[in-house]
Amino acid sequence: MSEATDKSYQPPAPVLAAGQSYTSITGKISDIVLTPRTPVGWGVAFLIAFLFFQVFLVALTYLLYEGVGLWGLNNPVSWGFAIIHFVWWIGIGHAGTLISAILLLLRQQWRNAINRFAEAMTIFAVICAAVFPVFHTGRPWLAIYWLLPYPNSMGVWPQFRSPLMWDVFAVSTYFSVSLVFWYLGLIPDLATLRDRARNRLVRICYGVLSLGWRNSAAHWHRYEMASLLLAGLSTPLVLSVHSIVSFDFSTSLLPGWHTTIFPPYFVAGAVFAGFAMVLTLAIPIRKIYGLELIITDRHLNNMAKVMLATGLIVAYGYFMEAFMAWYSASTWEQFMMKNRMTGPYGGYYWMLILCNVIVPQLLWSKRCRLSTTWLMIVSMFINVGMWLERFVIVVTSLHRDFLPSSWGMYSPTKWDWGLYLGTFGIFFTLFFLFIRVLPMIAIAEIRALVPESHKGK
Amino acid sequence: MQEKKPAPELYGLLAEFADHEALLSASHRTFEAGYRQIDAFSPYPVHGLDEAVGVKRTRLPYLVLGCGLLGAALGMSLQYWVSAIEYPLNVGGRPFFSWLSFVPITFECGILFASFSAAIGMLWANKLPMPYHPLFSVEAFARASQDRFFLCIESTDPTFDPEKTRAFLQSLNPHEVFRVDP
Repeated sequence: MSEATDKSYQPPAPVLAAGQSYTSITGKISDIVLTPRTPVGWGVAFLIAFLFFQVFLVALTYLLYEGVGLWGLNNPVSWGFAIIHFVWWIGIGHAGTLISAILLLLRQQWRNAINRFAEAMTIFAVICAAVFPVFHTGRPWLAIYWLLPYPNSMGVWPQFRSPLMWDVFAVSTYFSVSLVFWYLGLIPDLATLRDRARNRLVRICYGVLSLGWRNSAAHWHRYEMASLLLAGLSTPLVLSVHSIVSFDFSTSLLPGWHTTIFPPYFVAGAVFAGFAMVLTLAIPIRKIYGLELIITDRHLNNMAKVMLATGLIVAYGYFMEAFMAWYSASTWEQFMMKNRMTGPYGGYYWMLILCNVIVPQLLWSKRCRLSTTWLMIVSMFINVGMWLERFVIVVTSLHRDFLPSSWGMYSPTKWDWGLYLGTFGIFFTLFFLFIRVLPMIAIAEIRALVPESHKGK
Repeated sequence: MQEKKPAPELYGLLAEFADHEALLSASHRTFEAGYRQIDAFSPYPVHGLDEAVGVKRTRLPYLVLGCGLLGAALGMSLQYWVSAIEYPLNVGGRPFFSWLSFVPITFECGILFASFSAAIGMLWANKLPMPYHPLFSVEAFARASQDRFFLCIESTDPTFDPEKTRAFLQSLNPHEVFRVDP
């Protein structure tokens, strides 16, 4: 361990800073929600988000009016921004489930401070992701019979052998289970808000949502069992979701898509992208709301380490793709890889390597992991890098078809961009509403850390 | 037919404690004193408190397992029925019941049913939603969700006696003992 020999080594920062009591924790987190005064910064941020949401509505309305011909899709590149952004958003969601489920099973207590908003991020990201597959059908209200199995007047049923059908089931299950898990986690905190609210209407709202939670030992006993079971169920679920998303590609016979490394490499990429997004959200929020004592440096450090580890898996994936293209001795595979690296989209590929492989190596340095500025920069690179990864996988595999006569280029139109930017509007509008009306940190779980934080003193 | 029971004058007595250790030892002593209709309240799950007040281990895992298997069976049956009976499509001479390609959806259906049964089962076992409960009439009880710990002995307990039980609770060194009206 290099840290042990380093003279500047200090023991890891505590999960919860010392000197906090049940009262201070409860007050600090719930007052963010219960204060009648909305911070000006929140208002400005919300307005910007809401503006982007309007962009979404315009792009969507015109899409429904005019049809998917608005998009830059063409004959070799028949999958474009829609699938790229579907995969990108779904991937971002995965970190929330990883934090709430896998780290719960591994008894990583540091997750307690970040799980609530990471789970919220999951739900909002899945909503954004769902926009693309739903609306790429053109007239979604006519597309239901081939997405969901229900008896219809035509007597037609979905094709269950298609990975696209698996996707429908995987993503809708993922969304439903994440929502249930999130709401279950909120119940005790909603009861706290109910009991602290001074305004009668506010108290009634939180009272109804908290379902009459009483913090009884019997309640907690079954609640903890339910959380554990949900964590155990969500863990294989989250791994299955991005694996199934990768099947959309890997079960096809297209060079660049048809590889067995896709499921693990997609899952690692999802966690990588998700943690980058969690940091992108957590660093400003903890600064603005003064939550440094709850979301401590240890959290940032640990998240950076998860990013580094998953980033290395992703880098291995890139290496293996290139290696297998060479080792397969398949003309088509080799051509695809050469075209990906040196063809017209080569710049995107090398930008991707820079963002996802080279820049994350900064995280080996402890100074970088503990600096919010550097973490923010690295996270931004990863957010962009993961977008580039999906772009490269989708576009470079398609645009030079087997016959040179059917080669083409892909360029998204302003409506493609409008819809994509619009989903940021959905995401941040929902996110800002969430931090205004619901506790962004799981208060009950932080309270459970209080006795331990006193013990060490 | 059904005889109306006279409404009890009292729901129970509620003692307030400052920390989880005091509540835990008080719960142990109350259980040892023979009280069974008791419940403890804490702002976060305190390890061992459920056993101290005699909460039986929940059977939720069996429910979840059962529902998960049911969901998986339904998922597979749906795909079998659609692909082999109702709408058989011959794709390259492959069997209609090509069960391998039905595994992902079977798995997702199992997870979906199991997760919902875990959440709904937990609420059902806890008798939630319950918008009103006698304890909510005690003003100090609002701190059970914030920073205080409570122990309640209910009047339905056979050994409950308003005077003696109050004296017993006082002997546990609580902050205060409250009367809970029904």
